[in-house]
Amino acid sequence: MAKLILSMDGLVLKEIPLTKERTTIGRKPHNDIQIDNLAVSGEHAVIVTILNDCFLEDLGSTNGTLVNGNPVKKHFLQSNDVVELGKYRLKFVGEAPAAAATAEKADFEKTMVLRPSAMRAGADQARAMGAGAAEAARAAAAQHVAATATAAGIADKDNKAVAAAAMPAPAAAPAVAPAPVPAAAAPAAAPAARSSHPLGAIQIMTGGNAGKELELGKPLTTLGKPGVQVAVLTRRPQGYFITHVEGTNPPTVNGQAIGTAPHALKDHDLIELAGVKMEFFIKS
Amino acid sequence: MDLSQALEISSCTDPGMVRSHNEDSIAADGANGLVVLADGMGGYNAGEVASGMATTVITTEMQQLLAKVKPFEIDPESNKILAARMVREQVLKANASIYHAAQTQPQYAGMGTTLVMCLFYDNKALVAHLGDSRLYRMRDNVLKQVTRDHSLLQEQIDSGLITPEQAKHAQHKNLVTKALGIDPTVEPEIREYEVKTGDIYLLCSDGLCDMVEDGDISMTLEALGANLKLAAQQLVQMANDNGGKDNVSVILVRVLREYPAARGVMGKFLGWLK
Repeated sequence: MAKLILSMDGLVLKEIPLTKERTTIGRKPHNDIQIDNLAVSGEHAVIVTILNDCFLEDLGSTNGTLVNGNPVKKHFLQSNDVVELGKYRLKFVGEAPAAAATAEKADFEKTMVLRPSAMRAGADQARAMGAGAAEAARAAAAQHVAATATAAGIADKDNKAVAAAAMPAPAAAPAVAPAPVPAAAAPAAAPAARSSHPLGAIQIMTGGNAGKELELGKPLTTLGKPGVQVAVLTRRPQGYFITHVEGTNPPTVNGQAIGTAPHALKDHDLIELAGVKMEFFIKS
Repeated sequence: MDLSQALEISSCTDPGMVRSHNEDSIAADGANGLVVLADGMGGYNAGEVASGMATTVITTEMQQLLAKVKPFEIDPESNKILAARMVREQVLKANASIYHAAQTQPQYAGMGTTLVMCLFYDNKALVAHLGDSRLYRMRDNVLKQVTRDHSLLQEQIDSGLITPEQAKHAQHKNLVTKALGIDPTVEPEIREYEVKTGDIYLLCSDGLCDMVEDGDISMTLEALGANLKLAAQQLVQMANDNGGKDNVSVILVRVLREYPAARGVMGKFLGWLK
């Protein structure tokens, strides 16, 4: 369901789901969304919801209604549109059409319980058929349960996931085809994603290791002397960050102490840590 | 006995990059040496309710109990150390309250939660768990998974149907075989381990171990062990950077020094001096 997020000065005040066909906005108390501010007209605007589409209409307000900075009379709201009434902002969050498509995927991740009784039902039948086939049947039963659970998850995301998962699945047991290994559904994104991030390195400029280059291929690399001053360089999709780990003084980047929060590194930044100067640069 | 000087605890929880709300719950009580993590499941906000109930019931009940009896005392009924029974009974209480709520209130029907908890006492760690939330231990720079998931996947690995490598790509990672609040009664897996100074214990929901490889978790704890708070944030951040498909929660506990139980008058006196 589409909703509005009401905020002022960047502070979120409330979330309003658009449940009604007409949602009125204004200063007077009879409005569905009352904004008690003199810059807002008594009946300022209305949002008309038809199926999944929402239309914003200005009701001839004194100070007007802005959408993404432009004054509007009537506007077809798109997700992430920002409606401004005086100092108040209403962010429109639409019902993402992709949500339905990804629901299936998302539900796979959702933890569900599988009662052992269901497993046993399958296994018992299988045992009667022969010990060798038992394991395969057990897996088949389990997979059937898994499939049922997922199907139920898609159909009805809320309460029934657990109940459906717990449903015994005796019908699946006689199918003693060797259980195919459920594989390659969601390949681990991590390594692939990581290799596509730009690769950085540091070159040490002073001290005994001057001239040495250190490639930052790992997700995190620590630098410094333990107990004296240590910092960590983290490799993230957004780039590299340096964070103070231990020691009384944080390291400096381009002569500025970085504080305790992670600090984003730019190409050719100069880091000074435990008395050693080094330069950060992007290799590829 | 106050364990807050012996244990350093840091935690972090995040809804992740995909989900709109956080169904994980965490609780930590350093003084009593108690950490609890739960990953809830069920529609709408029922998952949060279940995991919230689990952590709240267990911590408050344990706190009340620990004020009266000590976990190292001998149980007159079984002649065993009380700790395991204390923990088991509180877990069952949490199970009963979640089950009851799920049965009586239609909006909570079918809710449940995984659980992993640790009670530190007398140089030991008592671990109870249900479902696929895990406990890891970092000792001498070696990371070891302490708990074994109660999940369909783990059963398949155990029976040799699939290899742990194949398991990483399996479809039904999310099916747990045991959980809190699903059935009127439940048997948590309870084990006890000796603790060494310098150990780091990591409790996490599946949002971490599904998204971050054990090797990377180990590297983080090794590199950032000196700054536990940063390590916890880094782990959550890594899970989010890798996609953050689920809620991510971590609790890190570092053993700063030994904490033998203060037995008898002399022990209590020494404990009081500290």
